[in-house]
This record gives sequence, structure tokens and C-alpha cells, in this order.
Amino acid sequence: MSSMTHPYIPNSAPEARRKALEAIGVDDIEDLYAAIPERLRLRKDLDLPDAIRSEQGLRRHVERILSSNRGTRDYLSFLGGGCWEHYVPAVCDEINSRGEFLTAYGGQNYSDHGKYQALFEFQSLMGELVGMDVVSAPTYDWAGAAASALLMACRVTGRSKALVPEAISAEKLAQIRNFARPAATIETVRYDRDTGALDLDDLRSKVDSQTAAVYFENPSYLGFIEGGGAAISEIAHEAGAMSIVGVDPSSLGVLSPPSEYGADIVCGEIQPLGMHMQAGGGLGGFIASRDDEQLVAEYPTYLVSLGAPEEGGGWGFGVSTFERTSYEKRESSPDYYGTTQWLWGITAAVYLSLMGPRGMEELGEGLMQRSLYTMRQLDSIDGVKCPVFASASVKEFVVNFDDTGKTVQEINAALLDRGIFGGKDLTKELPELGQSALYCVTEVHTKDDLHTLADSVREVLS
Amino acid sequence: MSPQGSGYHAARWNEPLITEMGGDGQRGILPPEVEEKIASATSDALDAIPAHMRRKTSPALPELSQSQVLRHFVRLSQMTLGADVTPDMSSGTCTMKYSPKVNDALVRLPAVADAHPLQDALTLQGTLEVLHRFGKIMGEISGMDEFSFQAGSGAQGIYVNACIIRAYHESRGEGGLRDEIITTAFSHPSDAATPSVAGYKVITLMPGPKGYPELDALKAALSDRTAGLMLTNPEDTGLFNPEIDEFVRLVHEAGGLCAYDQANANGLLGITRAADTGFDMCQFNLHKTFSAPHSAIGQGCGAVGVTKELARFLPAPVVTFDGDSYDLDYGRPDSIGKVRSFLGNVQTVIRAYAWVMSLGAEGLRMVAETAVLNNNYLAEKLSGVRGVSLPFPGSDRRLEQVRYSWEQLAKDTGVSTTDLSRRITDYGLANFMESHAPRLVPEPFTLEPTESYTLEELDEYAAVFEEMSREAYEAPEMVTSAPHKAATAKRDDPPFNDPKQWAMTWRAHRRKNLNT
Repeated sequence: MSSMTHPYIPNSAPEARRKALEAIGVDDIEDLYAAIPERLRLRKDLDLPDAIRSEQGLRRHVERILSSNRGTRDYLSFLGGGCWEHYVPAVCDEINSRGEFLTAYGGQNYSDHGKYQALFEFQSLMGELVGMDVVSAPTYDWAGAAASALLMACRVTGRSKALVPEAISAEKLAQIRNFARPAATIETVRYDRDTGALDLDDLRSKVDSQTAAVYFENPSYLGFIEGGGAAISEIAHEAGAMSIVGVDPSSLGVLSPPSEYGADIVCGEIQPLGMHMQAGGGLGGFIASRDDEQLVAEYPTYLVSLGAPEEGGGWGFGVSTFERTSYEKRESSPDYYGTTQWLWGITAAVYLSLMGPRGMEELGEGLMQRSLYTMRQLDSIDGVKCPVFASASVKEFVVNFDDTGKTVQEINAALLDRGIFGGKDLTKELPELGQSALYCVTEVHTKDDLHTLADSVREVLS
Repeated sequence: MSPQGSGYHAARWNEPLITEMGGDGQRGILPPEVEEKIASATSDALDAIPAHMRRKTSPALPELSQSQVLRHFVRLSQMTLGADVTPDMSSGTCTMKYSPKVNDALVRLPAVADAHPLQDALTLQGTLEVLHRFGKIMGEISGMDEFSFQAGSGAQGIYVNACIIRAYHESRGEGGLRDEIITTAFSHPSDAATPSVAGYKVITLMPGPKGYPELDALKAALSDRTAGLMLTNPEDTGLFNPEIDEFVRLVHEAGGLCAYDQANANGLLGITRAADTGFDMCQFNLHKTFSAPHSAIGQGCGAVGVTKELARFLPAPVVTFDGDSYDLDYGRPDSIGKVRSFLGNVQTVIRAYAWVMSLGAEGLRMVAETAVLNNNYLAEKLSGVRGVSLPFPGSDRRLEQVRYSWEQLAKDTGVSTTDLSRRITDYGLANFMESHAPRLVPEPFTLEPTESYTLEELDEYAAVFEEMSREAYEAPEMVTSAPHKAATAKRDDPPFNDPKQWAMTWRAHRRKNLNT
């Protein structure tokens, strides 16, 4: 290093170092570290792999490691369960690759006016989709948004119990439990074994005067449309609890916005709106509600507000009520905010602007048609039962293999040999469903893809 | 020297909101058509939606052509001063170093971008190998034994630390007894907020005369209720607490654990290590010290490292390697559970891995030394600027950042640090970071030049402060009415905090302010 100036470190050049030290008035870099006592100094080189100095060499090294991945461009994938393969428009990649956005951070409105406008547009477009007047800046992911929303409801109602469906993702439930533990107890509500819908009798028996919120999802984790939304919200409201609905926005061109079936708070996942999956790195969440001062006071996130236009045109933007956030509240904060997933918020704004109302409607209808088609194809295979629940599905559905004599694990291994990622194995998560898997079909799948799946499953089972 | 950007003017497009744009029938993109065979066989698909669940009115999204959408967002990007556009030494505590382009190219590979998190581990070997290798690298850098990259930010990484402290005491039957976490006033607000979220009462130590808390303050806070210590070092001030090992020893003696928030680690790589100081756990921001782009506030990663005694508490899953292949271990009965879905921001870890591989041990140390060198060089320049002072005079040299004060300038001229933070954007530079809460330093500003800039760039940046100071003394109106050449003008009395006027969405604005 001493003999070579590193391209990322201009002042690694000996001449520059000498000049800088001279200007500071010290002889040696060591003098600048005088504050760190000798006993705390590391007096040996870190034992790290040798540096790969050239960009070309570095690229080859990392690409070589990554080349042992097989992604969804190589394999036909039917995996969903919280991260979904949707088409990513080229304009989305173009915008989120722009260095102006990619390397921005905490700059305020005066230096980062465009960043704030894009975020306000994200909030606005999401507001139209979910039918709410307040939408947060992005959170880490849907599960985090759901956990924060549940605790918002606890603080608003002054209660400390939240009800969630038994049949939500085990990972999401784990995340909610971890987060809510000091502040709330989480109880699960059973589902109807025929329809998958929330069991309203069980819900009624568990809602009480300590219940802050009832949380449910639409479409549900298992893919079907929860038809009891209005009834669930009513049961919650009668007990003085809030109704919180988690949504996958890719369904909202065809499904009612949760505001129309009683939701007080909406949350969900924005990854379907223009984000590559990135093994889960494409996730980002949001929280939304009506414009209620008491609720707004409980948002943990940044909320970008529109300001009045200045004379001569142009909008202004700023963070509303910053004193709500953990940055200001410190030890009195009931939640925390940090570096979340804003680049994906900007990208979702681009996606929704490209798609427009027609695009979202066509997307939703197309998802339902392809799913229905696939379910019928799979159901025609001996021993395969699909759908498992007598409810309409959007893009995911449960496939049961109990009568095939094979386990999901065996089937998925055989499908993998045929270049197919089969559905998510549910046997550990929801053992009562037997040998079942959660399949996901989206607009990326062609008729041939769906036939390939059905043919392969048939072959694997024969 | 004429300051950088004196001829600058930002793009000021006065761009309408996207919700105000467009015309009926324009399309930005067409989703893949449903093929005829599928469409005809499933024409009844939507009929299965329960009537009240069927959307009645189309979402009021704009209808725009593709190039309109592209131009709109490109224009917004042009009104955003990312670090690719302007040297960002202004965002102290954020470590706005150069984010190498080659690392972006690597994570755009389909093998990374289009991988599903639930793929069979056998098909994710590349990603898992990087995670595993980087865990070893971070272990060497920190001295810790095991790492998790699940947390999506520094704050979330710190939260994981708080959860691990909680799990540790619970595992020893002391969960309810030890309910206090100690932090310091100049540590990041997350060091106070996240233990509070985890259920702890938080005690904040105030700085002593040298800028960091004195041992006596810690001793007074310690008791059999102490669960742990969570802090940065250097703190926001850039001052390193040289008694940190004694702090750690005393907390251990009281039965607590010590968590090192390494948000301010850029001057410490290869210089001093968390584990050698006695810490039990730590967290690093990969989007700061390890060069992954800050991404307009995220895709971040809080890399959490722990000693082997605490490894069983790490969030699940963890990456394992049997000498042959990599796997994900979900069976972690003592784990704190999950804090972020799936594996976190994997792409951020891959970028950080590539960055370390481009540097090696010697390079990392060069990063640290140069960050400290550049910071002291800038501090030397700024110490000559009229109206600027360094709080805690007589204290040690700052390491990688400095919290300065415009107190004298404000007294002399009535110009505030907030005015100056707006004014600096007229020079093509990002608003500077003033201070986290609590605002202990009067009229604060916090700068961190990192290792990424040349002496000329540092000189030019300092010259802007020289010039702004001159303006404040000679033509204060120029500063207080700023910005004049930024993408947007100053707005007095913004409506953002007034419940009657604030508008977090266009539909709220229409309803509240336009009555439509």
C-alpha cells in the first residue's frame, strides 16, 4: 500500500500525507491516535485475505463465487411466501441506479429536494392504492411494519394484547413476537379449515377489553382472499380495538382497499412494486392510516409532508413532526427508526407511475387468472389437491400432496433436478395441512411455464 | 482561493407532482398479456372475489407515457445531491465515503438480483459463501467470534444487541432483575431508543470536561439492576474515551454486558478492536464504514458481532459451512428470533465484502489513518474560520469526525447554524449535519471528511466555510434568506407540523388544503 496510491483513498499518496501532516503540525499519523492508549492498540496486521488490487481481478473473484448461485433466471420458480418474482420494469432499475439517489442519505430538503418529492410521491401513490390519507416513508419490511402498527394500536388504545392469524408466516410471527414482547402479548386466532378464513367464533372468544388490535392479511399468507374483512373489523371495533390489515399491493388493482372494510391501519410489502428479490434484500414495508392526529403521533417512521407552493411555483417538502421519532425521543422512544429502505420507496413510486390504474388492474386480474389456471392444472393430477381452501386466490395457493405417497421435500428435490423451484414447504410451519406447499404464480409465468410445472409434477409423482 | 461551486446553480425544474401529471389513457408499461388459452379458461377468475372485496373504483394513479415517467424521476434525481454528485463531508456521523461502482455492478448480476430467499440452499451457495467469508472477515476486524448480517440498519443492529443482552440475562434467570441499560449523551440516539424498545430503562451519562463521561459518572449509574452498556466510541464529537476498557471492566464487574456501537469505526479499522477492549458484542454499519451506498436512506446493514458465549442468541438463521457446502441453520432454540425478514439486505453485504477484498488488511488500515488524517486536516483549516469553535477545548484530537460550533458567530451576527446549513447548498454541497439529540453543543455542526477526498477537495470545502463566515459577518441577510441557488427556496413557517395543514399524501392535501 505504501508504494501505491489506492484509487479509493487519494491521500494514501505519500506526498499528500506529508503535506497534510505538515499542515496539521504533527510528524506522524501515530500522533493523531494519541488518544487511544497503547494497551488498546492492535499492534499486528489484521489477518485478512490478500487484497485484490485491480478492479478486473476483484470482479472476477466475486463473480466466480457468485456463479455458484442458481437464480430465477436459471430455474423456473414458484416460490413466494413473502418475497415474489414480479417483472421489474427497466425504468425502475434505471432510476434506482442513478448515483444522485443511490448515494444520497440524510440531506434535507434544500440539498435533496428531489429525494423528498419522490418519497412524497411514493406516499401519495400508496395512499391511492390502500385508500388512506397518511402513508409512512418505507420501513424495513412488511413484518416490521406490522409489528410497529400493532404497537401503535397498543399506545393509542392504552391496551396490550394483539390478535393475529395462526396462519401467518412463521418468520413474520417470530419477528412480531420479538418486537412486541416488552409491550404486548400476541395471541393467535384459528382459521377455518375449509376456507382458510379467520375463524370468527374463535376471534370473538379472544377479543376482550384488553385487545388493542386485530391483525389480518389480504391476500392471506396462504394466498387466498380473506372475505371476512368487514366482519373482522366490526368485531374488533365493537371491543374498542383497532383493525389492522396487511396487504400485498400487487393485488390492489382488483381487491378493495382495506379502508373500505374497516381498516384503521394498513401495512404491507412494497417488494412487488419494482424491486428485484435479491434473496430478500428487495423487501420494504409501509404503514398507512387515516389522517388522525393521535395516530400520526404514534408513527415511528419519517413522514414526508407537502408544503405550500412558493411564489413562482414549485413544491416544498419536509419531515412532519420529527419529534415523534427515536432520533429525538431517545430513551423515551417506544419504537425506533433508522436507515430503512427508501431507495425501494422511490422505486415503488416509479413502478406505480408506470403501471397506472390500468396496469394495476391488468396485473391483478392476470395474477388471478394464471393462479386459477395453474390450480386447475395441478388439481387434475392424481393425488394432488389444489386448492386446499375453498376461497379465491390471488397469486399464491396451497397445494396438498397427501394422497401422492410422496413428501413435499421429495417432490421439491425431484423438481429441483428438473430446474424447478417448487412451492415453499409448509410441513413444519403448518403441520395440520399435511404434505402441503405454498405455490406462487405471477405475471412472469407463461402458459408454457405453467404446463412445464404441471407436467413435471405429474412426472415426479408417477 | 475562490470557493468551490461559486458559479453553481442547482437544477430547479419546479417539477409538478406525479399525481398532477398525465392524461387519460397514457400507458407507462404493459404487463405481460394473459395468453388466450389461459384467459379463455379462466374468464371467471374475478367472479370468485367476494362482492365486497372487489375493487369498485380504479386507484387514482397517474396515466403517463414511459418517457414522461422516466424524465420526471430523472429530474427529481437531478435535484438530489448524492455523494456521487458532490463531495459529502457535510454529513457527519454518516461516513459518506466513495461507494465503488464495481460493487454495484456485482449486485446487479441476476445471480444476486433475481435470487429468491427460500431457494434450496444448494442453489444459493455463492451468496452463502460471501456471507460466510464476510463473517470471518468481520470477526478479524472486530475480534468477535460470530456475525449476523440480518439487521437492516445500524439502529436495527443496535436493537439486536439490546435483545441479546435481554436474552443473556433471561438465560441466567436475571431477566426481570436487571432492567437498566447505560448509554452516553453523545452516542447515537439509537443507543438509547432501542434498549428502551427492548423494555429497558435507559440511563444516559453526560459528558465530562473532556467531552466524554467520567468514570465516576459510570460508577454512580452501576448497580445490581445494570443489564448492560451500549455506546459509540468515538462518540458524535469524534473524541475517543481512553478509559473505555475500564468502563467495560466495571460494567462486567456489576454483572452487565457491553455492546459497542461501531457506527463511528471509520478511523479504527486495524487500529483497535471491540473484543480486545473487552466488549461482548458490537455492530457495524456496512452502508457507512464499509462503503455500501446509503441509498437515499437504505438498503443498509447492521452487522452484529458477538463473542462465542453469546453466539447462541444471534438472530436465526445463521450461515453454516461443513467444509463442503454452505447451509442456513434455523434451528436455534436460544436465538432472539428474527428482526428482519429472510437474510436481510444481502446485496449490501456483498458490496461490503467486495470493498474489503479490494483493500486487504493494509488497505483497511490506510482507510482508517487517512480518515483521521483528513479530519484533522479539515479541523485545522476550520479552526481558522471566524466564529467557529471546537467544544471541550484542551481535549484530545478528534479521530474521524468533529462536532463544531458556530456559537461565537451566532452571538456576533445572529446567523444560526441552521441558516448556514441552508446556505451551504448554494455552493453545491449537501446540507450539513447539525447534531443528534440532545443538542448539547450550541449552534452545532458535524463534519466527517472520510478517506475519500483529495487535499484540494478538503481545501475547497474549508474555503466554503470561510466564505460563509465572511458572509455572516458582512452580509448576514445573504445567509438567513438562503438558499438562493438550490433546487428549492427557503420556506418560512412550514406547515409540516400543523395537523390542520400537514399532508402526507396528495389525497390528504386535496382534501385539507384544496377542498376537493
